[in-house]
Amino acid sequence: MSLLLEPNTSDIKDQQLYLQMGLSEQEFLKVEEILGRTPNYTELGLFSVMWSEHCSYKTSKPVLKKFPTEGKRVIQGPGEGAGIVDIDDEQAVVFKIESHNHPSAIEPYQGAATGVGGIIRDVFSMGARPIALLNSLRFGNLNTPRGKYLFEEVVAGIAGYGNCIGIPTVGGEIQFDDCYQGNPLVNAMCVGLINHEDIQKGQAKGIGNTVMYVGAATGSDGIHGATFASDELTEESAEDRPAVQVGDPFMEKLLLEACLELIQSDALVGIQDMGAAGLTSSASEMASKAGTGIELNLDEVPQRELNMTPYEMMLSESQERMLVVIQKGREQEIIDLFKKYDLEAKSVGTVTDDQRFRLYHKGELVADVPVDALAEDAPVYHLPSKEPEMYRNMQNMELPLPEVTNYKETLLNILKQPTIASKEWVFDQYDYMVRTNTVVAPGSDAAVLRIRGTNKALAMTTDCNSRYLYLDPEEGGKIAVAEAARNIVCSGAEPLAITDGINFGNPEKPEVFWQLEKATDGMSEACSVLSTPVIGGNVSLYNETKGKAVFPTPVVGMVGLVHDLAHVTTQSFKQAGDLVYVIGESKPEFGGSELQNLLDGEYKGKAPAIDLDVEMKRQKGLLQAIQSQLVSSAHDLSEGGLAVALAECLMDAEALGVNVSIESDAVTELFSETQSRFLVTVKPDKKEEFERIVADAELIGEVTSTEEMIVSDREENTVIHAGVKELRTAWKGAIPCLLK
Amino acid sequence: MKFAVIVFPGSNCDIDMYHAIQDELGEEVSYVSHTDTDLSAFDGVLLPGGFSHGDYLRSGAIARFAPIMTAVKEAAQSGKPVLGVCNGFQILLETGLLPGAMKQNRDLKFMCRPTKLRVETNHTMFTSLYEVGEQITIPIAHGEGNYDCDEQTLQAMKQHNQIVFRYVGDNPNGSKDDIAGVINKQGNVLGMMPHPERAVSNLLGSEDGLRLFQSILKHWREKHVITS
Repeated sequence: MSLLLEPNTSDIKDQQLYLQMGLSEQEFLKVEEILGRTPNYTELGLFSVMWSEHCSYKTSKPVLKKFPTEGKRVIQGPGEGAGIVDIDDEQAVVFKIESHNHPSAIEPYQGAATGVGGIIRDVFSMGARPIALLNSLRFGNLNTPRGKYLFEEVVAGIAGYGNCIGIPTVGGEIQFDDCYQGNPLVNAMCVGLINHEDIQKGQAKGIGNTVMYVGAATGSDGIHGATFASDELTEESAEDRPAVQVGDPFMEKLLLEACLELIQSDALVGIQDMGAAGLTSSASEMASKAGTGIELNLDEVPQRELNMTPYEMMLSESQERMLVVIQKGREQEIIDLFKKYDLEAKSVGTVTDDQRFRLYHKGELVADVPVDALAEDAPVYHLPSKEPEMYRNMQNMELPLPEVTNYKETLLNILKQPTIASKEWVFDQYDYMVRTNTVVAPGSDAAVLRIRGTNKALAMTTDCNSRYLYLDPEEGGKIAVAEAARNIVCSGAEPLAITDGINFGNPEKPEVFWQLEKATDGMSEACSVLSTPVIGGNVSLYNETKGKAVFPTPVVGMVGLVHDLAHVTTQSFKQAGDLVYVIGESKPEFGGSELQNLLDGEYKGKAPAIDLDVEMKRQKGLLQAIQSQLVSSAHDLSEGGLAVALAECLMDAEALGVNVSIESDAVTELFSETQSRFLVTVKPDKKEEFERIVADAELIGEVTSTEEMIVSDREENTVIHAGVKELRTAWKGAIPCLLK
Repeated sequence: MKFAVIVFPGSNCDIDMYHAIQDELGEEVSYVSHTDTDLSAFDGVLLPGGFSHGDYLRSGAIARFAPIMTAVKEAAQSGKPVLGVCNGFQILLETGLLPGAMKQNRDLKFMCRPTKLRVETNHTMFTSLYEVGEQITIPIAHGEGNYDCDEQTLQAMKQHNQIVFRYVGDNPNGSKDDIAGVINKQGNVLGMMPHPERAVSNLLGSEDGLRLFQSILKHWREKHVITS
């Protein structure tokens, strides 16, 4: 749209244009009150994006406040580009997760790719070297063309971006459920490494300092990305424009290397990524955090298209751009630095002392608003919440014990479920080794990366079983955190902290808001008990199609510290003769289980219960045993229960089998998803010492040298007798087969 | 021995190559920018993997025009060892220092996995510490590793023992004749898709690639002793 055609203030009021931009009547009145006049079109655009849920967390703030965010290792909690946790030796780990759900539903390759690009920028804008990527994905049915298309393209997009920029994609999790058919979830997490002295903040300090724009030029891509799909998209101006941004990982690689060099320069005052709401959010947030103002001359902004309006420039979400504040007079150094990387750095503005956000375009003042009004003063809503009837029904439902006649067949069928089946088809497309630090590759409980030059390593994982949250958001929220911690512990690491990727439906529905409240209650409690504070994250709401919300999916991204490389442990069985233990008893808990999904095709009843104190004690005990080098392999029991866990421990083991016996009811022992349990193997000569440390471990059998999985009951009847090869074929073949 | 790791815009295995030489081989190594023009101070040249210039065009098609490539050609002509891995191999093909060309993988997907290779000859400065026919595990990570050449070129390469590595068992990318790595006629320029620099430590899964670098060093030392 050209400037001449842009609506004037009376159009805005008369035609209620603010509604299309996602601002309510009340919010518009509040803007008028703040300004003491009607905002012009550009100003209205600034408010609409900064007051969107995505940027302001206006509806989720009250629930996010409950999260414990402090801990003795936390250096930076929520509020900056990414959180930071101390890992000793003046080093720290930086990480964050972010969703790109809606773009990925429209254009899965670019939606996923730019999700990866955005989260990488969040990490290097803190001054950290990104060392690993993870993701958490949810799709619908792989038997449908759309399900396949979204899955294949999202994976290709993640691979395309991560592989090219040269940051290993080392892990993640994928679940398939019908509720995600129309609205897939794509959450990307980036982990970075930093020395304490290099930590940067996104602040525009120092009156008179220069604001510089670095990276790719601004185009009109993604203008509607953050907030709204207004009718503007269908106007003639938008005809050839994708609503989704397009990623350029090569540009980002150059930008990454240039910015990491810039971090070392004392001319740098502040740096922030231009992510959601682009230039508007980066500039206004940097000024607001520093208590200053900012003036931008939009004529200096590098532009990809002719005749861009201030509105378009300020709302563009073009990728691979950063905003930096530089000491006045040292601009040329920065220009030269970026030139080495074939990048342009351009002075576009100045830090001012009056806490105003002022934009000039072709010599005219086109916007003049208080910075805090944009970055801080968005309204906060305490939405009504209501316990859904369905929850009560599920709580009161008494489920009969599932009927299984052929245990081997049932195990094979569960191994073929896409949620359980091998994700090798996915990981094979990710360069998970580049930068040569990957000690434990994708597929074990958590990925482990060594920290070069030290004897330490980092373990990392993403987890969330949303089926439990669907039945019981509070218990499910606790389980999501606990399971992530279990995966970290099984890898030999001490859990440090989490980043949360909250994906829910429409919060204006009281039942959905109730889910959000309960889930975050559960997560908060688990984070407190397990000493893993929340150091940042992302909220994605309105994940609905045709009025139906996705399962509540608060993804937990957790990082742990391996104090000594000798502690690194994987799930695969290691040697024949090793003793097989299960830590924790199984109860008949099948609500939301993989067995229930297989037999009934739906989730019902109560989610498994979790006692966080028991969880914490078991994790501590197991970690102590691992750190004392008493444990050969460790795996948490999760989806599919003990039977699936036993099979998984054999998949990558070389020429090994397992022979175990179970005590009570076979369905419960094999397929229940009772929480806080582990499958561990121990060398016979470590038996006594291990049992002393892990008191509630029960010896169930041993690793054998015949490639078979044998399970017998108390009367020595065989319950399962399966060849490892047939288990492996079912497990590895399932996803490639579904995609054919 | 002094190695140069050439850094193109978009190289991303440069650090892996650097540390393989410095930490595992224990020799001197420096990064050299694509804009430099002189490699005379170095005894060996390493072209690392990555996505030079984004590989938005055919892989390596732009990097071949980099100022440093003249010096790389000179180094090759003077008999110095030149090793191109993955994107480095693609650049050597585009430059014409090695015969053949690279196509997209047969399945049209990027693939990253450990692969089994057979060492076809140990009469090279890169493989003298391996046994002929030995099977080694070295990972691949590429989207365009489907090596191709015309029949005449293939016969000539076979005749001159220029095929250094072949994939064993599954051919992952559709490469002609299972080719994973080839050398020039003079025997000092090796290109390979698998990443030996990622297989130099058991901590990361394999150390089968280390002997490749040790072979280069051995050759240099022997030559150095004779000439000095």
